Amino acid sequence: MSTDRREFLARSGKLLFLTGAAQVAFEAVLRGEPAVAPNYKTAEHWWGMTIDVEKCIGCGNCVRACKEENDVPREPFYFRTWVERYHVPGGDSESPEVDSPNGGYDGFPERYRPGDGSKSFFVPKMCNQCAHSPCVQVCPVGATFESPDGAVLVDKTYCLGCRYCVQACPYGCRFIDPRTRTVDKCSLCYHRITKGLTTACCEACPTDARVLGDLKNPKDPIHEFLRTHKVQVLKPQMATGSKTYYNGLDGSVR
Amino acid sequence: MGDLFGHKGHLVRVATLFVGGVLVFLVLQALLVPKGFGAYGHYRAGALDENRARPVSFAGRAACLECHSDVPDAMKGGRHEKVRCEACHGPLAGHAADPGEKKAERPDSRVLCARCHATSVARPARFPQVEVADHAGGEACTTCHVAHNPSQLKEGTK
Repeated sequence: MSTDRREFLARSGKLLFLTGAAQVAFEAVLRGEPAVAPNYKTAEHWWGMTIDVEKCIGCGNCVRACKEENDVPREPFYFRTWVERYHVPGGDSESPEVDSPNGGYDGFPERYRPGDGSKSFFVPKMCNQCAHSPCVQVCPVGATFESPDGAVLVDKTYCLGCRYCVQACPYGCRFIDPRTRTVDKCSLCYHRITKGLTTACCEACPTDARVLGDLKNPKDPIHEFLRTHKVQVLKPQMATGSKTYYNGLDGSVR
Repeated sequence: MGDLFGHKGHLVRVATLFVGGVLVFLVLQALLVPKGFGAYGHYRAGALDENRARPVSFAGRAACLECHSDVPDAMKGGRHEKVRCEACHGPLAGHAADPGEKKAERPDSRVLCARCHATSVARPARFPQVEVADHAGGEACTTCHVAHNPSQLKEGTK
C-alpha cells in the first residue's frame, strides 16, 4: 500500500473522530453528491401506488408485464406481483375462498356461477413499499432498505440469502431467486420510475386499476385519488407504513 | 488511594490494551465496511444505482407515439382510448430503440381480447364481457371489431 504520511494522518484523524458510517457520509458530502444520477433527485420523490379493486378485471397483464420487465423466474411460485381471486360465499368475510392460479399469469379460468349468493372480485398484490418495513428491520446485513424516495429495494450483491425478510414480510411479497440464491421482490420498477416512466404493471394495466403516484409531487393525481376515494392499506394493524392504497378493499382480504 | 497511583504500570497496561483494541477495530472496520455503506442509511449507497441499471422492456406510450402519432386519433372517443399501447401489443422497448430490427407481433385476437372480455363472475359487472364460445363462431374478434375502437364495427359486418 502506497499511502504517504500526510494521507495516512488525514485518514486516521477522520477515523478517530467519525464513525465509519459518518465518515462515508462526510465524504459523500465533500464530493458534492448525493445525486445518484443527473436529473433525478431522490429527495424530491416519495413513491406510492393506488390499486382500485373495483377496476381490476383479472386479466393478468400486470403479472406478465412484471415477469417480462424484471426477469422474474417463470415458474408458478415466483412473483413480484400477482392477482388473487376472492370468492366470498354468502358475503361471509371470515371464510373467503381465494385462488391465484399461476399468480394470474394465464388469467383466471371461470369456476364460479353467477347468482350463487356470493361476491367475487380480484385483488392485485405486490410489495406495499412500506415506510416502516418489517423486512428492512430484520435484515442482518443491510441488504434490503428503504430508498430515500420510498422504494424498498434489495442489494443483490450484499444479500446473504438468509430468508429472514421472506418470513418477516406480512404480505408474502418476497422470494428467493433460485438462480442467484438471493432475495428478490418488487422494486417498484426503480429502473423505470427514476427515468420518468411508470412501472411495467401500471403501463400494462388496461383499466388503470393500478396507478403509480409520487406523494411528494403536489400535482400528481394520486392526491386527488386519495382525497376522493375511501382507501385502505393491507394489514393496517401491523403499522408497516404501507404506501399501496387500495380502493374498494373488502374485509375478507388479508 | 496511595496504592492506586503508586502502581501506574497496571493502568498503563489497561490503557494500552484499550487503545490497541480500538485501533484494531477501526482498521478492521475500514477494511470490511464496503464503499458507500451508510451514506443514506444502513445500506450500500451503490445499490441504488445498481437497481437503476436494469434495462427497460416496456418503452412506454410516449415512445410509441413518437412514430405512431396517428393511433390516438383512431382511439379517440372509444372505450380503448386510455389503454396504453403495450397493454395489448406487449413489451416493445426493443422495437422503439430499433424499429427496423424488431417488429411488433400481431396478437391473436381470440386469445388477447378474451383475457379481458371473457365472462367472469369476479369481473366488475359493468365491464363489457362476452361468452367467448358462443360469440362469432370462432371468427377473429378483429373481423368485425376495430381493435383501437371496439364499439365501432368494420364495414360489411353487422
